[in-house]
Amino acid sequence: MKLELRGITKRFPGVVANDSVNLSIATGEVLALVGENGAGKSTLMNVLYGLYKADEGEIFIDGASKKFNSPADAIAAGIGMVHQHFMLVPVFSVVENVVLGSEPTRRLGALDIEQARKMVREVSERYNLNLDPDAIVEDLPVGVRQRVEIVKVLLRDAKIVVFDEPTAVLTPSEILEFFEIVRTLIKSGKGVVFITHKLKEALTIADRINVLRRGKVAGDADPKTASEAQIAEMMVGRPVQLTVDKKPASPKQVVLSVRDLSLIDPDGRTVVDQVSFEVRAGEIVGIAGVQGNGQTELVMALSGLRNANSGVVELDGKDVTKASPRDRHSLGMGHVPEDRQRQGLITGMSITENLVLTRYHDKEFCDGMRMRWSDASKKAKELVANYDIRTSDPDQLASTLSGGNQQKVIVARELSRKIGLVLAAQPTRGIDVGSIEYIHEQIVKERDSGTAVLIVSTELDEVMALSDRLLVMYRGRIVADLDPKKISHMDVGLYMAGSRPESAVGSRR
Amino acid sequence: MNQVNQVAESLVLSAEQKKRARNVGFAYLGLAVITMLVFSRRPGDAGFRLTEGGALLTLPAQQIAWIFGLVFVGLGSAQLWRGFGKISNIVLALATAMFVMSFLSWATAGESFSLVGMLQDTVARSVPITLGALGGILCERSGVINIAIEGMLLAGAFTGAVGASLTNLWFGTVIAVLTGVLLAWILGVFSIKYRVDQVIVGFAINFFALGITSFLSFRVLVPNPDYNSLVPVMPISVPLLSKIPFIGQIFFVQTIFVYFSFAAVALLTWSMYRTRWGLRTRAAGEYPKAAGTLGVDVIKLRYRNLLIAGAVAGIGGAWWPIGTVGRFDQNITGGRGFIALAAVIFGRWHPVGAFSGALVFALAEAVRLKIGNFDTGIPSEFLLMAPYFVTLVVVAGFVGVSRAPKAAGQPYDEQ
Repeated sequence: MKLELRGITKRFPGVVANDSVNLSIATGEVLALVGENGAGKSTLMNVLYGLYKADEGEIFIDGASKKFNSPADAIAAGIGMVHQHFMLVPVFSVVENVVLGSEPTRRLGALDIEQARKMVREVSERYNLNLDPDAIVEDLPVGVRQRVEIVKVLLRDAKIVVFDEPTAVLTPSEILEFFEIVRTLIKSGKGVVFITHKLKEALTIADRINVLRRGKVAGDADPKTASEAQIAEMMVGRPVQLTVDKKPASPKQVVLSVRDLSLIDPDGRTVVDQVSFEVRAGEIVGIAGVQGNGQTELVMALSGLRNANSGVVELDGKDVTKASPRDRHSLGMGHVPEDRQRQGLITGMSITENLVLTRYHDKEFCDGMRMRWSDASKKAKELVANYDIRTSDPDQLASTLSGGNQQKVIVARELSRKIGLVLAAQPTRGIDVGSIEYIHEQIVKERDSGTAVLIVSTELDEVMALSDRLLVMYRGRIVADLDPKKISHMDVGLYMAGSRPESAVGSRR
Repeated sequence: MNQVNQVAESLVLSAEQKKRARNVGFAYLGLAVITMLVFSRRPGDAGFRLTEGGALLTLPAQQIAWIFGLVFVGLGSAQLWRGFGKISNIVLALATAMFVMSFLSWATAGESFSLVGMLQDTVARSVPITLGALGGILCERSGVINIAIEGMLLAGAFTGAVGASLTNLWFGTVIAVLTGVLLAWILGVFSIKYRVDQVIVGFAINFFALGITSFLSFRVLVPNPDYNSLVPVMPISVPLLSKIPFIGQIFFVQTIFVYFSFAAVALLTWSMYRTRWGLRTRAAGEYPKAAGTLGVDVIKLRYRNLLIAGAVAGIGGAWWPIGTVGRFDQNITGGRGFIALAAVIFGRWHPVGAFSGALVFALAEAVRLKIGNFDTGIPSEFLLMAPYFVTLVVVAGFVGVSRAPKAAGQPYDEQ
């Protein structure tokens, strides 16, 4: 089967998400579709899957024009899709999730659950997916949930399978397993579209690479000959620096000290378990880990958004375990939160207002109860210029900015104060390569000026590149304290998955 | 390894559960205090008739209060000490029954009344609550919060009364069903199609139903009594089943409405968990996108469930004129639709659970009516509060444990 998209254009209010995109894929090959967040990859695939209706353009299957008005049409045409956010009902069993929408039935619409189980078992065995049909999905690890999604697609006889950012939620070893599955699919005559922004992965698995930039096809690349840097340049439109430039750290006194910190969820689960570590002035400490292993909660406890159940947090030798977020701010803690739209910014307020959010009560901006907006505006203009925030007017709403520029607003607000510690959670999640480059530079600059930096990120590449010291979190505990220059990605990945590499004998823990 | 973890997790109660268990323990002690201090105040024997006119169960009111009071002390201590684990709910049900019995003994001390008649009345009164709750489940399981059940019951009661008075009982019921469906369709257009907040639309429908039926009742029914006068259906004794001692009288000498509600509970339970429709409905209520991306038309599904719910609630409304009193009165439903929603929560969105919730609320009502005949010294206004008070206690006690369908209340966006 050969699938072609010709001249697909999809407009949303204010943006052209896809601008006459052409693309083709045949069974037996892996096509990687790469591009930055917001380049239009997902939109294009949602058009293909019948979730969006294209404004212009046509879809051809084996040369015949097709119209997809709903996912049902796409499924019938042999197209399957594994979404970035899994489309699984958490409280359903594997088999219920798999057959939903095409249930085998007996009389009166009664479910034939035996038949369904048999179908799931067959497919799972044929493709070596190893699934228990009666397991409840919410109890399954992420990697297994992805296999449930794959079975869903295979059971509907998909010829072309689209994976939308499939590796974002996987550990490095799960990613290798996933690649194995992709190879099995290709061997059994399927075609695979692999959407990603991770160039290494595209180079590893793809037969062809298509690059999207701002809704347009920016070019093709041959994974056998192209380099990461070339593809990155195509994605961004200019040469980019993929590595972080930094001198060796020169750590000084301890700024942040955490001892035996534990946090228990309202439902009784221990999410942060006896965590102890220190961050010194002038060093970047990174915390790696697969999402959901307690990093979010740890950052909340450090920034004062949640109270620790036990343990001590000290900032510059002062016990701040019970201090409010504002107290911590004024003691010199800068916080770049994980979710920029919900915690970092008030998107319904202006850029200026957001820039003074942590300091509106300073003498610099107010006389007692009255805000001096002229001074706030002056400061905002200065920050917009210094931190390269791309906006025509700081009085516009923060929601009008792109993700990268929103993140720069937060970084500007937090780093422009006098601080001794930066707490940055997922500082570059979902933003463009240019902004990533810029934010990394700022973080290193902050370190060099003698600030202690704690980076929490699920992007392994990012923490490996930025950190001077690397901690790994697994199930709420710190399971490793590593030197990122002396350890491989693969070994860190093993720690992230809760095991430890063979070579760990000589490591520091 | 995994199994060990699971066992460990099941042994560890969460903080929330612990708190709840402790509160239940204190509640038992509270019951003990009330029983021993209040219900032991009236001497004399209380007579409960177990069959129509026949066998009499005599209980000495004071002794019963002391004995049950001591049992409550025991239950409370045991609950506070280590809890009842898996049988907690059974213990809770037994304790409630004992409390009701000691209350009844106190109230009837020195007299006698028909226990079987009161329970029969309980089952009869559960009909609109059960049907309303089934309507609620149909909607919420598919992701639409239907606060308008009350309005559907009330409007159904009105049109059912008029329809049956002018033609016959069957036609009246059909009209009531159509009325429920019409209101459900209005709710659907606003909440599913135009994505207006479901709770707000629901309330608007409730007030609309209350306003228009009150207005029409005053302007049309009062001047024309013929429009509002009918002979309601009679109870039917089910052969054999009605001969079972005690139980037969309670459950199987009832009107067709009661049998319909039994059947509806059974049918909905089966279809919700054993059919394709049920699987899709539950998926639409939990994670509609999962269903949508597999080609299920979530919008259509929600509309269909909403309309069925309207029909079921319409029959619940028709119960008032056609199943009982033979006429419509202003605000005759008196908030039973909201109590039905409480029964949904009580029953954890399961038809059988909701049915048992409906029985509890109906019992509170039946007791209230019975006690009204005795001179207990309780102001009648307080007795009138009973069903609502029970609702409040039950919802406050169960809401925490009960988990609503995740997507209930969220409009579905196809894109």
